[in-house]
Amino acid sequence: MNTKRYGTFKKFLIYTLLISGSMVFVLPMVWMVRSALMDPSQIFIVPPIWLPNPVRFGNFQKTLSTVPFGRYFLNTFVIVIFNVTGAVLSSSVCGYSFARLRWPGRDFFFGMLMAGMMLPYAVTLIPTFLGWRTVVGPNSYLPLIVPAWFGGGAFNIFLIRQFMRSIPKELDEAALADGAGYFRIFLQIVFPLSKTAIIVVGLFQFLGVWNDFLGPLVYVNKESMFTLALGLQQFIGYYTAQWELLMAAATMILIPPIVLFFLGQKYFIKGIAITGLKG
Amino acid sequence: MTIYYVALAVPVSLTSAFILALLLKQNVLGKAVFRAIFYLPSIVPIVATSTIFIWLLNPDIGLFNQILKFLHLPTSLWIYDEVTVIPTLALMSVWTVGGTMLIFLAGLESIPDQYYEVVDIDGGNWWHKLISVTLPMMTPTIFFNLVMGIINGFQTFSQAYIMTEGGPNNASLFYTVYLYREAFTHQRMGSACAIAWVLFLIIMLLSVLIFRSSALWVYYEGEGK
Repeated sequence: MNTKRYGTFKKFLIYTLLISGSMVFVLPMVWMVRSALMDPSQIFIVPPIWLPNPVRFGNFQKTLSTVPFGRYFLNTFVIVIFNVTGAVLSSSVCGYSFARLRWPGRDFFFGMLMAGMMLPYAVTLIPTFLGWRTVVGPNSYLPLIVPAWFGGGAFNIFLIRQFMRSIPKELDEAALADGAGYFRIFLQIVFPLSKTAIIVVGLFQFLGVWNDFLGPLVYVNKESMFTLALGLQQFIGYYTAQWELLMAAATMILIPPIVLFFLGQKYFIKGIAITGLKG
Repeated sequence: MTIYYVALAVPVSLTSAFILALLLKQNVLGKAVFRAIFYLPSIVPIVATSTIFIWLLNPDIGLFNQILKFLHLPTSLWIYDEVTVIPTLALMSVWTVGGTMLIFLAGLESIPDQYYEVVDIDGGNWWHKLISVTLPMMTPTIFFNLVMGIINGFQTFSQAYIMTEGGPNNASLFYTVYLYREAFTHQRMGSACAIAWVLFLIIMLLSVLIFRSSALWVYYEGEGK
């Protein structure tokens, strides 16, 4: 009896903590959406009103007409598409090479790659910037896209390599015996079997590029070339008083990552677990 | 400034992530839902997060001060005061602990049940389980999250740049914001590179220290990984 009561109490405590925790976590987002849908006259009322009435979807249109977010969306989209494609293709090729092929110095180079991951981005930022400025000049998307086609990031390579190593080697050997070349083995056996890891890389890369702020900030100054992140940051500076528009803009930027998260939740959780346990 | 921030944000985030992971480990109903809720803020673009928090933290009309007023608690200037700006940013970092929490959770789930059963047989309660099974078994994961937390903490840029631009009165001038300012506002690339190297040395030094100390407190099953 005593233990049973203790069990109920424990359950109660756990749920109370979890529910209050979740409330703290969703509160900022709820507040954002609430403000985004509200008539400006209601926003400042004290004590605060929780549900907007009437609901003003017009805030979104107004935001779009104040700031060219459509344009920024397109810019971001172009960068994301080219970057993610490059990252997925090149990191899976590199991962395959590190996981499966034997070549002199392979483990040394893999070690270098891992050590490079520890290097703070701040250290490489300035030299990379100066390099790109000399080669392509200011206001170009190339610095935000091209690197993804050459390796696709140490972390992505690592993730794919780890995953590919868990695929039975007998499959390769069988294919090799049947006369398939290494590239064909990659295309027809290893790549399709690594689907999970590749989706994880694609999702994380998408989020990384979509959410990236520093990259565009450094490489893009021309307003017509801004990404959504830059556009929103500039918007904060200009329209601090119009909270409903600012919140509508923030809501719009947030929708694609959230949709993606719900579509690929399984992969996100798997991906993070792989990172933590094998890191 | 940066050190102050890291010293506040890293322990607070690690602890809250750990507690959340522990709670989720308890076979709760709707675990997936809670997990999604806790992780969701981590995928919000940092610019959007900053925008939302600028609004929430507004001293006159922001929600946080409204709630404090409602509870008859003293309000705060949050990011607009030299004293409170760093603690506020550190507190904000708790909102994005989802990733860390998931790593902890994966670690917790890999602890074999037998260890807990042994404690049960010996008549231990949840506290004994936590101290003598969970914590020692989790040290590798804690170690990983600690190193990552410190490395990332030292490189915090966007929140500070967007929300305070290093202010008020340089009170939140993070090292990376300083670096950015030198390089792109003042066009002093050489000085910016020097700053970057100092930052690198600090991070390296701390990492080496933590790695060295890990022999004392990190437990690897089967030893020597």
